[in-house]
Amino acid sequence: MTPSSESVRRVPTGPARRGPTGIEPARITAGQPGLESGLVTRDGDTAHIDARGVYYKTLNEQIRELVGAGVSTVALDNVNGQRYIGAGISADHLTILVNGVPGNDLAAFMDGPTVIVDDNAQDGIANTMNRGLVVVRGDAGDVVGYGMRGGRVYVRGDVGYRVGIHMKAYGEQHPVIVIGGRARDFFGEYMAGGEMILLGLGDSSEPLLGSYVGTGMHGGVIYVRGSVQGHQLGKEVSVVDPSPEDTARIEELVTDFCRVHGFDETEVLSQPFGKIAPFTHRPYGKLYAY
Amino acid sequence: MAEMTFVRPEFRVRIDREACIKCGRCVHQCGWGVYHLDADDRPMPDHSKCAACHRCVTFCPADAITIEKNPLAYKESDSMSSALRKAVWRQAETGGVLLTGMGTDKPYLRIFDHLLLDACQVTNPSIDPLREPMELRTFLGRKPDSIVVGYGNGDGGPPKLLTELDPQLMLETPIVFGGMSFGSVSLNVHRALAMAAKASGTFMNTGEGGLHADLEPYQDNIIVQCASGRFGVHADYLQAGAAVEIKIGQGAKPGIGGHLPGEKIDEQVSTTRMIPQGTDALSPAPHHDIYSIEDLRQLIYAIKEATGYKPVSVKIACVHNVAAIASGVVRAGADIVYLDGFKGGTGAAPTIIRDHVGIPIEIAIAVVDQRLRDEGIRNRASIVAAGGIRSSADIVKAIALGADACGVGTALLVAMGCHVCQKCHTGCCSWGITTQRPELTRRLDPEWGAERVSNLIRAWSHEIAEVLGAVGVNAIESLRGSRERLRALGLDQTTMDIIGVKPAGVGH
Repeated sequence: MTPSSESVRRVPTGPARRGPTGIEPARITAGQPGLESGLVTRDGDTAHIDARGVYYKTLNEQIRELVGAGVSTVALDNVNGQRYIGAGISADHLTILVNGVPGNDLAAFMDGPTVIVDDNAQDGIANTMNRGLVVVRGDAGDVVGYGMRGGRVYVRGDVGYRVGIHMKAYGEQHPVIVIGGRARDFFGEYMAGGEMILLGLGDSSEPLLGSYVGTGMHGGVIYVRGSVQGHQLGKEVSVVDPSPEDTARIEELVTDFCRVHGFDETEVLSQPFGKIAPFTHRPYGKLYAY
Repeated sequence: MAEMTFVRPEFRVRIDREACIKCGRCVHQCGWGVYHLDADDRPMPDHSKCAACHRCVTFCPADAITIEKNPLAYKESDSMSSALRKAVWRQAETGGVLLTGMGTDKPYLRIFDHLLLDACQVTNPSIDPLREPMELRTFLGRKPDSIVVGYGNGDGGPPKLLTELDPQLMLETPIVFGGMSFGSVSLNVHRALAMAAKASGTFMNTGEGGLHADLEPYQDNIIVQCASGRFGVHADYLQAGAAVEIKIGQGAKPGIGGHLPGEKIDEQVSTTRMIPQGTDALSPAPHHDIYSIEDLRQLIYAIKEATGYKPVSVKIACVHNVAAIASGVVRAGADIVYLDGFKGGTGAAPTIIRDHVGIPIEIAIAVVDQRLRDEGIRNRASIVAAGGIRSSADIVKAIALGADACGVGTALLVAMGCHVCQKCHTGCCSWGITTQRPELTRRLDPEWGAERVSNLIRAWSHEIAEVLGAVGVNAIESLRGSRERLRALGLDQTTMDIIGVKPAGVGH
């Protein structure tokens, strides 16, 4: 029997780049949700995409197409939970404006662009990010900056659990996370490099920090505006007073954060900071028998 | 002098003084520092440092060196063996966790060695692989739930596949190279494996240590790994590989992370891992963005988004609940499930984990294959079986049990000179394999290593073809999951039931 073209049932698969194996790339076919592209409007160098109801895969393809076409600013309107925005994009001089709440893994593996979220953000922001800037005007969820190696994340409000976990520095790359509000447990767990600043701004009955701060930490530094109790700390870290060099660095980073988020840096800097740092860079150096 | 220890040397280095020409080569060749020359230029061994790696034996021009087991008698005790006594002494002296390298050396049941293959006789003729085509080519990746073949554009033209396929990895033989990181092995090992993978039409795996710039010409034959420490992982790295592997676990050390000590982080390793020189590279036990199947799906699709939808492999250690875990991995969107059995190798692991945690690959293949079939999702991912694959016979049996291909690691290192002395974690490897000391790493010529590995893969592929011919099939696909072509000898009924293999003597 010869099926007509209408009667042929196409099996839905994901899109793919042509691999080294010579297999033809698959394309999005029937059965995928949100197949329709978002409406694109251009305003000079800025392109707007109406993301309402657009599936993340389609939305991210549209973003990459616009970036490839040389657009310097991509504004995403009506974003509602689409994941992986900015993921894996390597580009300097690119700004992605997110109007709405983006989904998980925003800016994962990102290398260079600036992402500004005009709302809250969800989990996994800046996962393994290499370079770039992520600004969140509201709160952010868990695991901000996991394995982050470079770039900056400025969250205006509160963050969830395991923020800054296994952040690391390398050469010129030096990741920075600044949080305007409060953080939950396991802040800076396994941290191996970079800097985090927690400001605790605004009125809240919530504690500044949860427990297990800096558990397994063996590099980098955390500055907190306010006090931290010994029972909140992991066994690998302690709180000390910042040195003059630390204070200069706090001023530099807080000033930049306040500039981005519109806070008064004089007021923010008027309260004392504490420095949380690891006792050793080799916490497991004597664990083994050879 | 070292501090007094109860642990007497495991080996004795015996030098034939009449044959010895006092050339000093043994002193130079030994990475462990066993030898020094006395006032008369005679090499004098410190037996306690010998790992029995045979580097000196192999390179002694006078054939004057023999390594023997230390015959020192211990009062016999099956319970408190001499090995256990030595372990207690070492820990009493140091207070440390015992570390080891390679796969477990404990005499656990080797199920592969209790499985026998079928062959054709009289009524079902066998095939001569030397004269007839024998298909070993294997595609790894998600296969469609169904396929549709149409004729032209509905106008009755020649038939063509209308179903659009997901990307596949094409192997010329059902063997991939297991993940071994630059850091645990030397850069020359990575170079050799990359060249061999290209020559053999298969893939090497970077392990969790990043991709050195020298390997970029081979990137079409490289699978890049993303593990919990995310060392060297960035957008270009993910895009460089033919596929990306998320490492959840390793057969030799299920459930624990990795720890490359600062001493091994030299300039090159530092550059590739993207961490400062001399710091410890700690891979956390879990990925801290993965606490559920849904979280795993999130990372799989983050990587697909960042790579333009390349195949994603998920490597898990074989543990008690492996079938259910593998089902979740497939449902999370993995294109390949890489099962690593508990006999798999490692560059360093606590001995207690290596020797006591996990289940054998033979059982894991069978239960995972069965589970995925029962759930109707076997086509959604390929199964790569590793962790205890020692020979082409193991590969054939693994495929008959239900694997699509096998991952091999230790055997490749053995091909390049490894003598399985199990001291990879010390960084003193005299063969230049698991070390970063430049005077040792330069001993391994990458082209020589690549040729030996390629030879091994070619030889094994011929052997697999021979077995296929004897079994009477002309494609490796025809043997996949064909447990009817296996029989068990000396396995208990429960094990046979679990792996779905009948006892020898039972016909069809």
